[in-house]
Amino acid sequence: MAYPPAARTSPPRQPSVKVILTAADVSRVVDRIAHQILEKTQGAAETVLLGIPTRGVPLAGRLAARISTFEDVTVPVGVLDITLYRDDLRRHATRAVGPTDLPAGGIDGKRVILVDDVLFSGRTVRAALDALSDVGRPASVQLAVLVDRGHRQLPIRADYVGKNIPTALAESVKVTLAETDGGDEVKLYGGTPA
Amino acid sequence: MIRHLLSGADLDAATATQILDTAAEMATVAGREVKKLPALRGRTVVNLFYEDSTRTRISFEAAAKRLSADVINFSAKGSSVAKGESLKDTALTLQAMGADAVVVRHPASGAPHRLANWVDGSVVNAGDGTHEHPTQALLDAYTMRSRLGRLAGLHVAIVGDVLHSRVARSNVLLLSTLGAKITLVGPPTLIPVDIAQALAPGTDVSYDLDAVLPGVDVVMMLRVQRERMNDSYFPSAREYARRYGLDGPRLRRLPEHAIVMHPGPMNRGMEITPEVADSPRSTIVEQVANGVSVRMAVLYLLLGGNNR
Repeated sequence: MAYPPAARTSPPRQPSVKVILTAADVSRVVDRIAHQILEKTQGAAETVLLGIPTRGVPLAGRLAARISTFEDVTVPVGVLDITLYRDDLRRHATRAVGPTDLPAGGIDGKRVILVDDVLFSGRTVRAALDALSDVGRPASVQLAVLVDRGHRQLPIRADYVGKNIPTALAESVKVTLAETDGGDEVKLYGGTPA
Repeated sequence: MIRHLLSGADLDAATATQILDTAAEMATVAGREVKKLPALRGRTVVNLFYEDSTRTRISFEAAAKRLSADVINFSAKGSSVAKGESLKDTALTLQAMGADAVVVRHPASGAPHRLANWVDGSVVNAGDGTHEHPTQALLDAYTMRSRLGRLAGLHVAIVGDVLHSRVARSNVLLLSTLGAKITLVGPPTLIPVDIAQALAPGTDVSYDLDAVLPGVDVVMMLRVQRERMNDSYFPSAREYARRYGLDGPRLRRLPEHAIVMHPGPMNRGMEITPEVADSPRSTIVEQVANGVSVRMAVLYLLLGGNNR
């Protein structure tokens, strides 16, 4: 004999997806951060942009490109790989190490602006600060992020924020960029209901 | 990720390439003011050396220290091994001390494989008997790749005492995995019959160095161990040097781009003349520097994450 299919009291909900920034928004936000950097650094003199892989790297490149169109200054751009400085290395299988690529002029005595896509716990930035102190001694360090989603676990804040997104801990923010993912977008994925 | 590095055959092409790529990043640390990375903080690496070695032990020690691991050096001389302690008891002692990795060199072929069954940590073979020396093969591969830009399709001649050479065995296994073509060259007494087939089908054997030289990209000279010279594998040291030693005229028979390698320590005047060893085409000093980067990469990939 056949039983009728068990009636589900609550069908499993699909996690909700919400677009926070469209491609046009991302480009406007990058423009604004570029202007803010110029304003706060008196024309980006003695300034170096260092992208944190993966998506901080194209963002740093875009900021430098926008800064040079606005004010005709060339800001050196580099890559700072933080893999070996992470505090969670032992919680995962071994992570691949990426290249660190500093601009030819170095970073000693410069104003370094770290660039990343999402600011969350602050642990990535902590690792980046440690990595930075091993490769040179900048005059000062600032932080630029496309999205700040809160939930900091360390006393770290950003100097330039593209968009503040209030989130729940269970939600996740996903940034896609043309260079790495084929298109610009920032999406908020709702946490699956408990 | 692999847990131990015991043989050149433990590595598939993807893993070997990952080690070489990681080594390239590790090499940039050597040019910095602060030559230190925090990746292995709090991990313990034991150098367990039952045979004399300068460059390999120092190289592993420097590599572990640059990654902030704690290093314990253990040499058989002056230890309880001199009092008759077995390898297994020594292994259990290291285990009790919480060694995360054991780098072992041993005169008996296969000793690291046994050790790997007794300890929980990772075991890295730093040379066992006449068997294998995989990190030497990795640093040789790294050196070739950085000098010549690629490994696939390279023609490598390994010249000398193949019979007793762990460097040769590991190199044949690793380089063939990475797509290089290898020719073993030496007197018939020092090249085991069928070794080429046993290690990597496709490997050639030749007894005539001069015929091989014009077609190779890399010549790797092996050390003729002094203790073998009296074992009648060849009539005399001078005859060996004449037929299989790399000298100036032979160097000029090589293609323009070809490089000369030697795992060290060299017997100048025996398998290699000073003119060749000190020429710009010799990578011998580079190989030592690359050894530290490659061993950093191996230690990081074995110990850096949670691979248990």
